[in-house]
Amino acid sequence: MRFVPGSKWVVAALFFVALAIPLLTDNSYYLNMLIMVFIWSIAVSGMNIIAGYAGQLSLAHAGFFGIGAYTLGLLMVKAQMSFLVSLAVSVVLTGMVGAVVGMISLRLKGHYFAIFSLCMGVILSLVIEKWESLTEGVRGLLGIPVPKIGSVEFSTLTSQYYLILFFFVLAMFVNRQIIHSLVGRTFISIRNSEELAESLGIHAMKSKMLAFVYSTVLAGLAGALYAGYLRFLGPEIASIEHAFEMLLYLLVGGIGTLWGPVVGTALVMTLMQWLQSWQDYRMIIFGPILVLIVMFLPHGIMGAFAQLKKNQPSVLPDTTDDKNRGIERGVNDRRLAGGESDA
Amino acid sequence: MLRTEKLSKYFGGNQAVNSVDFQINQGEITAIIGPNGAGKTTFFNLISGLHPPTSGKIFFEGEEVTNKRSYEMAKMGIARTFQTTKLFAGATVMENLMIGHRLRTKSGFWGAVIRSQRYRNEERACREKALQVLEFVGASALANRSVASISQEEQKRVAIALALSTDPKIVLLDEPAGGINADETSNLAELITKMKNAGLTICIIEHKMQMIMKLADRIMVLNQGIKIAEGTPDEISRNETVIEAYLGGGAHAQAH
Amino acid sequence: MDLFFQQIVNGLVLGSIYSLVALGITLIYGIMHLPNFAHGHLYMLGAYVTFFLITDYGLSYWPAILFAVAILVVIGMLLERLVFRPLHHAPHINSMIASIGVMLFIEAIARKMWGSDYRRLDSPYDGIIDLFGLNITEQRLLVIVSAVVLMIGLHLFLKRTVIGSTIEAMAQNREGAFLVGINANKVSLMTFAIASGLAAAAASLAAPINLVYPSMGAMVNLKAFVIIVLGGMGSIPGAVIGGYILGLAESISGTYINSEYKDLAAFVLLILILTVRPTGLFAKEAR
Repeated sequence: MRFVPGSKWVVAALFFVALAIPLLTDNSYYLNMLIMVFIWSIAVSGMNIIAGYAGQLSLAHAGFFGIGAYTLGLLMVKAQMSFLVSLAVSVVLTGMVGAVVGMISLRLKGHYFAIFSLCMGVILSLVIEKWESLTEGVRGLLGIPVPKIGSVEFSTLTSQYYLILFFFVLAMFVNRQIIHSLVGRTFISIRNSEELAESLGIHAMKSKMLAFVYSTVLAGLAGALYAGYLRFLGPEIASIEHAFEMLLYLLVGGIGTLWGPVVGTALVMTLMQWLQSWQDYRMIIFGPILVLIVMFLPHGIMGAFAQLKKNQPSVLPDTTDDKNRGIERGVNDRRLAGGESDA
Repeated sequence: MLRTEKLSKYFGGNQAVNSVDFQINQGEITAIIGPNGAGKTTFFNLISGLHPPTSGKIFFEGEEVTNKRSYEMAKMGIARTFQTTKLFAGATVMENLMIGHRLRTKSGFWGAVIRSQRYRNEERACREKALQVLEFVGASALANRSVASISQEEQKRVAIALALSTDPKIVLLDEPAGGINADETSNLAELITKMKNAGLTICIIEHKMQMIMKLADRIMVLNQGIKIAEGTPDEISRNETVIEAYLGGGAHAQAH
Repeated sequence: MDLFFQQIVNGLVLGSIYSLVALGITLIYGIMHLPNFAHGHLYMLGAYVTFFLITDYGLSYWPAILFAVAILVVIGMLLERLVFRPLHHAPHINSMIASIGVMLFIEAIARKMWGSDYRRLDSPYDGIIDLFGLNITEQRLLVIVSAVVLMIGLHLFLKRTVIGSTIEAMAQNREGAFLVGINANKVSLMTFAIASGLAAAAASLAAPINLVYPSMGAMVNLKAFVIIVLGGMGSIPGAVIGGYILGLAESISGTYINSEYKDLAAFVLLILILTVRPTGLFAKEAR
């Protein structure tokens, strides 16, 4: 699968910048901001897998984020389990809940799936809020211990930064490998036409299950990291508003693109920080932006970027290179559920 | 090779396909013709497993496959095209074709993540298969073009290539010559003959009678979901019921 | 026993409101295949408009309702024209996301302009009627009766007028409607107008009973979706029946089970139904 020339280097350079940032600054504001961007990017990239690649709009992902977060918090607070074990259990448990939800909901087509997932999201957040004997309800879950792996304590901001960067890079690596593989193509073929995919021997339900469970695992991982970082939880993290925010990040960055979730999360979160004194106006601005994006920029920033690149003759694929064969990007159709880009 | 017994499909109260006995013989080109709304595509949807039949049975190579889903049918060797090609316009021909051989591969999530040896072999196999079928349908030059930028006829060829990349025994073609001109139609007929010569069994729905009469070994005629005739092109062209169904319907339509 | 009948009345009131909102959603879905996630927020706008017309502009109740309906009709038409019509040929996921954008926008506007406070609208009809030994406020009776009147009106409109039967025809088959020369754009515009008007009417009727606040639309919206999935997306009788079922179920379970989990009941019900019947209770077999 072809990278837009140079983008491999851009990614590598950004990676080294990310590694070096704590050495360059100890400004806690920026580090905190970056950590939050990493965490939410992981969750949004999960939403991207199921909505952007497999074509099934899920609005339950804030709920799965909440499951991951609360599982880690509860295991560490109430069962005194270690961070790594709790993290592993959170991710596995979220995936298992995802599998059950997926088994029911993925049989539903199009709109029904979206509505179902919306209701599922409401249920998950209501359960977290109302099940006070377990989650402490609106009082919030306090006193999550500092994450510790072996003898290393992640008590400083810098150490947390590297911990979360590690999982962010891991998640993005796995995303890349999946998206640019036969597995990712299988997802896209279902998004394109489930009928065609099935007539080609693809078991659509099985592939959608894989995409959905993996996407909930990412949301759960993000939630667990969030819990370990902030060390207190309130039920609002699982609220449906967060699912809408994640959708906004995804759309701005570019749904159905590998790096869209990261770009969108970083950009919108930064903007929201700047607009903090304008807190009340946030959605007055972002609501219409969401509408404008689906109308005019259905693949968000990364989609537009890929389109620009594509229009430059210098990046025409070299047909003699087997690795690069045949992957001219087409994002020119107005489809949201269409087009795949690399940039 | 493929056989149906009293195959029926109702949608609500509508009988789209009504008790059809039908057979596709190995190595032949079998055509299904009939006026619009005769149930031809529904019949295809049934024998390709897209819709479950209301009643009746389907056999493939002697085995009953009545309620198999379409992905299972594909794995057994029944490939199909659609009236509208359903190709993904936002991607290249090659990207579309890569998926066609996916059903013959086994790698899953982990194989793709670590790029295991088997995964790499399978990806190569998919790529080679795609190139091979493109060459077979005479569209090698299109590999890197985006589907949105190629002609209708080229899209039809690519759709056929996609069906071929599943390594089928039978290929079901739903109006492959729909919406393309006479020259292109005869090129397409050549391709279909070439497929037959390569040992494939073919079943085709088509409105272009000239093409069908030349190509088909056997023809079944459907009207309002019912099989009204079956036989060689010669027999069909002399069949009174068929002539009436066609001309009667045609004359009626022209009167408006 | 009295408590039980009291809850039946409350359930009917709740059901009337749900039904009116769900009717709008189902009409829009039937015509445009769009699950309009912003519909509950139009309902909320309707409530605020009524509230301010009465408190700030001194209108009396009925004129205020009429104005609120008229204003929401215009807003609904604007939405159709500016947002949803341009997206008609885009994949369905696009217009769904657009409706979420509209929803976020409307709620934020309401919060900004009118604050997050709960407001109470005094009912002009706060007398209590003794109906077969049941005490029922005039306003509640008004809600039940008006809802029925509106539904009958809608029914007559759809069955007896040209434009109404066009809407029905298109709900059955959009492509077919095109063939017989129905102007699809005009019909979707009409549909949005009617749906928004119904939402505004429901809100105005309910405002004196419930409080008025910016997030009042969100829950009603979700429940209306539960209803139309229950009743079959696009089905008009389904929306009405589903609305009353949910209203009654909620008010009765809220009394006898646990009001904490009242909101949860609707969603659990939906999940159970979709688990058993993936296309809803009354859906026709899809082709």
